[in-house]
Amino acid sequence: MVELMRRRGLPWLLLLAALAAPFLMSGYDLNLLARFMAMAILSLGLVLLWGHGGILSLGQGLFFGLGGYAIAMHMKLADLPGGSLPDFMVWTGRTALPGWWAPFASPAFALLAVLLLPALAGALFAWSMVRRRIGGTYFAIITQALALAFATFLISRQEVTGGFNGLTGFQSLFGWQLADQKVGRGLYWLTLALLCLGFIGIRALLASRFGTLLGAMRDGENRMRFLGYDPAPYRMVAFGIAAFLAGLSGALFTLHAGVISPAMVGVVPSIEMVILVAVGGRMSPAGAIFGTIAVCYARDFISSSFPDLWLYLLGALFIAVVTLLPGGLAGLVRQRRA
Amino acid sequence: MTTATADLLLAVDGVTVDYSGFKALDGFSLTLGRRETRVVIGPNGAGKSTLCDCIIGRVRPSAGRILLRGEDITQKPEHAIVGAGICRKFQAPGVLAALSVAQNLALAARRDRRWWKALGTGMSAAEQETVAAVLAEIDLAGRREVLAGTLSHGEKQWLEIGMVVATGAELLLLDEPTAGMGPAETSRTAALIRRLAQSRSVLVIDHDMRFVEELGAQVTVMHQGRFLFQGGIADVRADAQVAQVYLGSHR
Repeated sequence: MVELMRRRGLPWLLLLAALAAPFLMSGYDLNLLARFMAMAILSLGLVLLWGHGGILSLGQGLFFGLGGYAIAMHMKLADLPGGSLPDFMVWTGRTALPGWWAPFASPAFALLAVLLLPALAGALFAWSMVRRRIGGTYFAIITQALALAFATFLISRQEVTGGFNGLTGFQSLFGWQLADQKVGRGLYWLTLALLCLGFIGIRALLASRFGTLLGAMRDGENRMRFLGYDPAPYRMVAFGIAAFLAGLSGALFTLHAGVISPAMVGVVPSIEMVILVAVGGRMSPAGAIFGTIAVCYARDFISSSFPDLWLYLLGALFIAVVTLLPGGLAGLVRQRRA
Repeated sequence: MTTATADLLLAVDGVTVDYSGFKALDGFSLTLGRRETRVVIGPNGAGKSTLCDCIIGRVRPSAGRILLRGEDITQKPEHAIVGAGICRKFQAPGVLAALSVAQNLALAARRDRRWWKALGTGMSAAEQETVAAVLAEIDLAGRREVLAGTLSHGEKQWLEIGMVVATGAELLLLDEPTAGMGPAETSRTAALIRRLAQSRSVLVIDHDMRFVEELGAQVTVMHQGRFLFQGGIADVRADAQVAQVYLGSHR
């Protein structure tokens, strides 16, 4: 009975604590937690794509960035008095808004862009790869190149992207003042709700035939192909869903952090995203959420005291997990229960 | 050859597979009738597995055609070839170790392979029926919920034969189905294949002569990618040419 309570009760207790967090934490700590929860939404996508699909993407930063920049562009425009240009465009001497910026002034367009752009871009890219049966290491390297190209584009086209500094200095979202504590809490709960929805959705997907087939195509691609399955559409959909979650994650993260910049979407952050999931357990949605939040806290703590040390520690952590704990933290929990 | 056109299921017509100069298949032809069982034998490198690879679309021939019920399937995508009614059991068992026996059969039994139809759970009534029937056929009904990875080698081979059957294929390609089996298991496999062959066409590759005898089917002998001989097992044993290239070394 106690065992049952422990198993069934723990998730609800954690959810309760998470719901009450705004009343228990300082605004700063709450903001930090909200950012990490936003990152965990991206991790859920990697559980599906990498853990169960066997498709390693080292370019999730691209989709994270698409979501983040979409909402950031909207906020830059929404804060402006009519007809004027975002601050960085003025500094770099631009005299007119680029055509592709203009539609982001509409909240509905920006929201649609956050929800659709990363998913469609991801699905399209994945289709062009899996249709030609590009997989494994080659696939991972190409995704990495995508993240690199995206970050390079952002940095080199400063007059339209904000360059190295990215987009920052947001004041309001859809008319709500971001500095208002109530808005901060609201966004926190929104992030929590979306994380829970993502968790439930990914669990359901993994429990469905789709999840079984995706795993079977990872373990026995040839067998599945010659049983009459074409793995390409399944993999495209898995990649699209992971890109969708990455975009959502990027938009929420940008709201909490108040900035989106090339430093958050390039090669290193994309690899970090994979490590977060490896530590938590790439097969387990719950493990990925806790791994992400735990490593993000560690990162925040260590990089604020020893900024140079973090990347080394992260690398060491990755090696340790891969060699000693292939199932991540979730694998450890499962072992102890068994 | 002797098969009437109406009863013809598969025709391999002058197929050549050229691996930059080395011809794994060299203008090879073969026909197979409906509900016919054929055994293909030949020494190592004769092109038996390449023949299977060509039929299922894993290797594309540089010349020649493959017809199923008169329809050219030579360039069809692999999954479409399975959809047309051909399924192959590979030499090394390719069962999905992480799934149960029933799950392995269920994913083979599924007819609608579109991804959005996979978002549900469970099996349709028709799939359950197929899985139950195949489980009984391959004699693994008692192992239904066992993970396929924990089966014995022989059971894995039977499960994979079951998966191939569960696709509803009209033509089964069985590539060394008795590889790694003892005499008792080999006999059971022969009996299983004879039962399966009552309602479908079967093309078996093997070089265990006792097993081939138990199957009691017509034998096609291949040598260096070409057709060498066809006949009953007794004729094959009696043929001097075959003995020279193949049986001689085994006698």
